[in-house]
Amino acid sequence: MKINGAQILLRALKEEGVDTIFGYPGGAVIDIFDAIVRYFSDDFKFILVRHEQAAVHAADGYARATGKPGVCLVTSGPGGTNTVTGLATAYMDSIPLVVFTGQVPTPLIGNDAFQEADIVGITRPCTKHNYLVPKVEELAHTIKEAFTIASTGRPGPVLLDLPKDMIQAKTKFDYPKSIEIPTYKPTLKAHPPSIARAAELIRRAKRPVIYAGGGVLTSGCHRELLTFVQMTGFPVTMTLMGLGCFPGTHPLSLGMLGMHGTYRANMAVNHSDLLLAIGARFDDRVTGRVEDFAKDANIIHIDIDPTSIQKNIKVDVPIVCDAKDALERLIEALTLEGRHKETEEHTRNWHAQVNAWRNEQRLRFDRTSDIIKPQYVVEKLYELTQGKAIISTEVGQNQMWAAQYYLFDTPRTFLTSGGLGTMGYGFPAAIGAQIAFPDKVVIDIAGDGSIQMNIQELATVKQYNLPVKIAILNNGYLGMVRQWQERFYDNLYAHTDIMVAPDFVKLAEAYGALGLRATKTSEVEPLILRALETRGPVIMDFVVDREEGVYPMVPAGAPIKEMILV
Amino acid sequence: MENRHVISVLVENKPGVLARVSGMFSGRAFNIHSLSVAPTIVPDVSRMTIVTYGSEAIIEQIIKQLRKLINVIKVQDLTSGDYVDREMALVRVKATSAKRADVLRIVDIFRGKIVDIATDSMIVEITGGAGKIEAMIELLTPLGILELIRTGTVALPRGRKSPRYSEPTE
Repeated sequence: MKINGAQILLRALKEEGVDTIFGYPGGAVIDIFDAIVRYFSDDFKFILVRHEQAAVHAADGYARATGKPGVCLVTSGPGGTNTVTGLATAYMDSIPLVVFTGQVPTPLIGNDAFQEADIVGITRPCTKHNYLVPKVEELAHTIKEAFTIASTGRPGPVLLDLPKDMIQAKTKFDYPKSIEIPTYKPTLKAHPPSIARAAELIRRAKRPVIYAGGGVLTSGCHRELLTFVQMTGFPVTMTLMGLGCFPGTHPLSLGMLGMHGTYRANMAVNHSDLLLAIGARFDDRVTGRVEDFAKDANIIHIDIDPTSIQKNIKVDVPIVCDAKDALERLIEALTLEGRHKETEEHTRNWHAQVNAWRNEQRLRFDRTSDIIKPQYVVEKLYELTQGKAIISTEVGQNQMWAAQYYLFDTPRTFLTSGGLGTMGYGFPAAIGAQIAFPDKVVIDIAGDGSIQMNIQELATVKQYNLPVKIAILNNGYLGMVRQWQERFYDNLYAHTDIMVAPDFVKLAEAYGALGLRATKTSEVEPLILRALETRGPVIMDFVVDREEGVYPMVPAGAPIKEMILV
Repeated sequence: MENRHVISVLVENKPGVLARVSGMFSGRAFNIHSLSVAPTIVPDVSRMTIVTYGSEAIIEQIIKQLRKLINVIKVQDLTSGDYVDREMALVRVKATSAKRADVLRIVDIFRGKIVDIATDSMIVEITGGAGKIEAMIELLTPLGILELIRTGTVALPRGRKSPRYSEPTE
């Protein structure tokens, strides 16, 4: 039996185990939306967002929280162009997404037709791959390729552009169980000689540090990482993207490293003689001045993407493979032949040194202040959720305070735009996570600037009665830029004062959500408790100290040991 | 140290592949000195020859980034081994009857060909390595070059076991 492209698409999504689609309708995709409601209403949860950018971020949040590819469906032209920020966000952070855009009918392509945009051309540099599907006979196969590419190797977003006449054309549905893409073969297995060299460096290391990134989460090897740490006693620092891949409360966790990392993490990396990088890419916010980064250390770099290796930093032992395979092989090697006796002695001294750094400079803020300190809000959120919430963030100070003061013990509970730094990411990402985990507490830690970038999604949470909580650390500034202006631009606050803002409590109410405000430190705890008890969306508006800064801080381009501590 | 590298890239002959390759270069601020592309004897496979300049680290990144593109089948840095590279140029040179002999003499030395002749100009075709082409252009310049087009380098690795034959170069 022949069915049309719309039905082929939806049957293929079923085959892929997709249960949720985020999207927004339009002329070019009207047939697909019709088919969703007419034939597939029991198969998919369709989440109607209020802006296509939010659809992509929500699918991204869903993907980060679950590990499954997120799926979006939007129309042609502006529908597609609105997905660009979401795609670029997911691409930078290696998040698997499959995004379907409508396209004008094939005979009109190139004619500047109504709602036409060359979305394949526009998104080429911000997707892992993309396709225009010209014939309905190619649709099923292309969808299989898209899911394969999006979710394997170093994952990323894949976009499929679907002309309207192709969607309406009919053919037989035949979905391949698996496919070979001859030109796409990620290296999954570690090269044994590299493992042997790495194992020898690990045995000899006196001042080792593990530098774990988002790749540990992608690979799903947090258990192997824990085993490895138990075997070796190596302390672990995590990138922003890696938070949760190793328990934040573990005594060997150094917290985050880099520009706003902990003092002990940066000192440990700086003084290390072995740096074991796992699924991390030596981003400039991590390394600071590259010439000074871990310059006495042998560096082992495990990454599935060969382009990550030797890109920013010269490494001694590159290992291109799935992080899980590398850790399993290293655990095997160390089981056969343990660490050298005398190095275990050194490791004890190293632990003592790391602890000394910890005690020397802890993360801190003024705990006596009656004006609300934003760090205090994050700390209270951590306490009152027992560290079990899924936390998304916007970008800027809110993001850094969340990373510093909420300790993540479980993988896939921290959703943040690390690479692209997309303001407006956190709220829709929280929506995606809440849909995947309806019974979990999901909180977007936001700033008053960022939250306004996708505030329209309050209608979405209301429509689906999602109990997403938003904690606005409201300082009336674009706080991170203001902090730089204070530090490096003689206090000239060029266009970072945003005191003209909506009343967030009334705004919540306007959308039918609950709005709460705290203006004093003593009000913070009761307010959070009330929000957590509320079975529905809540905006918590914390009016915080306007000029609080994120510290410690490494100025851009400085070595990471040169921290402004305050 | 910025060295010249000749990179041979086999790609799927599909729409948008050239844009993926050139976009990768421009997006990552890599240099393309020349690029030529045409189908191979396998109709759905094309070969590109890209000439680029960069440090070892940059060239390593270029090659890895090319390999990462889904439509790329094979990437080879020909500069790391023995290879043959050629380029073709068409040069419209000023040649009034008085100067025709001068042009012909230069073209003859470089084993070029005259492929078009008009009352006051000629088009010269020349094939060879980049050095040869540049040398001929240098000699023709005083006579007056009106227009010039170069194909960019095309290249293949030399065979390892077959008998060595290489076209005589100048």
